[in-house]
Amino acid sequence: MSGDDVLLKVENLTLDYALPRRRLFAAPPRHRALDDVSLTLARGESLAVVGESGSGKSTLARTILALEAPTAGRVTLCGKDVFAASPGELRKLRRHAQMVFQDPYGSLDPRRKVGWIVAEPLDALERVGRAEKLARIAEVLGSVGLKESDADRFPHEFSGGQRQRIAIARALITRPDLIVADEAVSALDVSVQAQVLNLFMDLRESLGLSYLFISHDLAVVRQVADRVIVMRDGKIVEEGETEAVFGAPRHPYTRALLAAVPRIGGPRRRAV
Amino acid sequence: MSELGRSEPAAVWREYWTRGRGSAAFVFGLGVTALLIAVALVSLVWTPHPIDAIDIPNRMQPPSADHWLGTDLYGRDVLSRLMAGAVNSIAVSLVAVGIGAGLGVPLGALAAARRGLVEEVVMRFNDFTFAFPALLSAVMITAVLGPGAINSIIAIGIFNIPVFARLTRGASLSLWKRDFVLAARVAGKGRTRITVEHILPNIASLLIVQMTIQFALAILAEAGLSYLGLGTQPPAPSWGKMLNEAQTLMSLAPHLAIFPGLAIMVTVLGLNLLGDGLRDLLDPRLRRQR
Repeated sequence: MSGDDVLLKVENLTLDYALPRRRLFAAPPRHRALDDVSLTLARGESLAVVGESGSGKSTLARTILALEAPTAGRVTLCGKDVFAASPGELRKLRRHAQMVFQDPYGSLDPRRKVGWIVAEPLDALERVGRAEKLARIAEVLGSVGLKESDADRFPHEFSGGQRQRIAIARALITRPDLIVADEAVSALDVSVQAQVLNLFMDLRESLGLSYLFISHDLAVVRQVADRVIVMRDGKIVEEGETEAVFGAPRHPYTRALLAAVPRIGGPRRRAV
Repeated sequence: MSELGRSEPAAVWREYWTRGRGSAAFVFGLGVTALLIAVALVSLVWTPHPIDAIDIPNRMQPPSADHWLGTDLYGRDVLSRLMAGAVNSIAVSLVAVGIGAGLGVPLGALAAARRGLVEEVVMRFNDFTFAFPALLSAVMITAVLGPGAINSIIAIGIFNIPVFARLTRGASLSLWKRDFVLAARVAGKGRTRITVEHILPNIASLLIVQMTIQFALAILAEAGLSYLGLGTQPPAPSWGKMLNEAQTLMSLAPHLAIFPGLAIMVTVLGLNLLGDGLRDLLDPRLRRQR
């Protein structure tokens, strides 16, 4: 793929967490959460990162969005190095990448109205007048299937699926290129899951978004991703087109993951 | 989640009142506090007798129709002095708690937002202050700086700082891990702005409860310092000072000790009950259980 098409490039990303010291004068042991992770994401592409809990996939998402500082490696978004950017530059970059979190109950400040929550990235990142701000709020609420009047209500007045729509609206308001969705549907009921996934797909078409889906749910991944990366213990163990990985997994860990998907009526197999 | 079907402020307050009314302790605390404030305000414009009118022939009178709570060693009206003493107690405690919260909350919020070395320094300094028995150190501070209302405010205020710093840091730390704070960071907000817009509003109820309780402790501390002669200086009226003057006259005029003592006790009890009641009322966990 040519350089212009690359939206996000992650090169040799490594991140160590310091663990509590075992002995007073010994250096604290470290846990390697990300081990030499590299990936590229093209404009308009949808990439999924799968793996069991503790595999480092959420850490990867947070590091890409500069919420964690890596021990080594580089993240390039829209051609700019995220960790070499000055605070002002980083703020500009943030407009291009937004995030949707797992728990729609925890990701919205209970004391703020929906309109305020949705406009938060706009307030922080852009200078817009009141009229334009209201128009943008109405626009994004409309694009996720909520009403303009919902802006005056509080998050607790909405259901889980509706709240996740609010969170998506917040991610959309700066008109980003990339949405990082960290287990964005795994806290939702299955029927609501389908609705939210459809919304993601519709938005991709209408707004030309790229997605980085972090998920442990292979059924979800199969539905939304063009390509899949399988992670284990902070390392990428397999990478490829979704159908190729699902149809003919090469790495034993991927096979084990796929075998662990529960099937109705199918033979039971041991979990990973 | 919440049972507040609607969220207009008026509805929220109505809901609080409906639940608060059910607790006798809360209603009593609220009533005592309201009464205290009312009495203090009234004393600014009116007292039954002038507070420093000396009337030697009528000294140490027991309660009567003219002097409802009797007169002291110099014939001054006890009720009037108690009323004016309330102003003194409230003013000292208000400023002292203001100092504590005004410095403690930003320090605690800073420690939680910055972590690392900043947090270590702030919290160790806190531990250092906490390690001294508060009232004893207040005695020491006023002894060094000299007795007086201002110095007792400073002394009490200093020992309120770590209380608020610890509370703020502890409550903020858990909030910093919440997704809505992460979302604000992804949105490009800095730590200061997140603290102001997300952290502090979400711990406000906790701080209000703590302020109520610290207010009670400050009233007690002020009375203690004045009793020792280190706080408010005569002839300004102060509950602690009135107790001090009364102690040598216990057998001659017990009412001189009883009434200021009662005033202190009821006020502190009322504020503590108010704080407890507010805690029950504002605690979201209790709200969810209902």
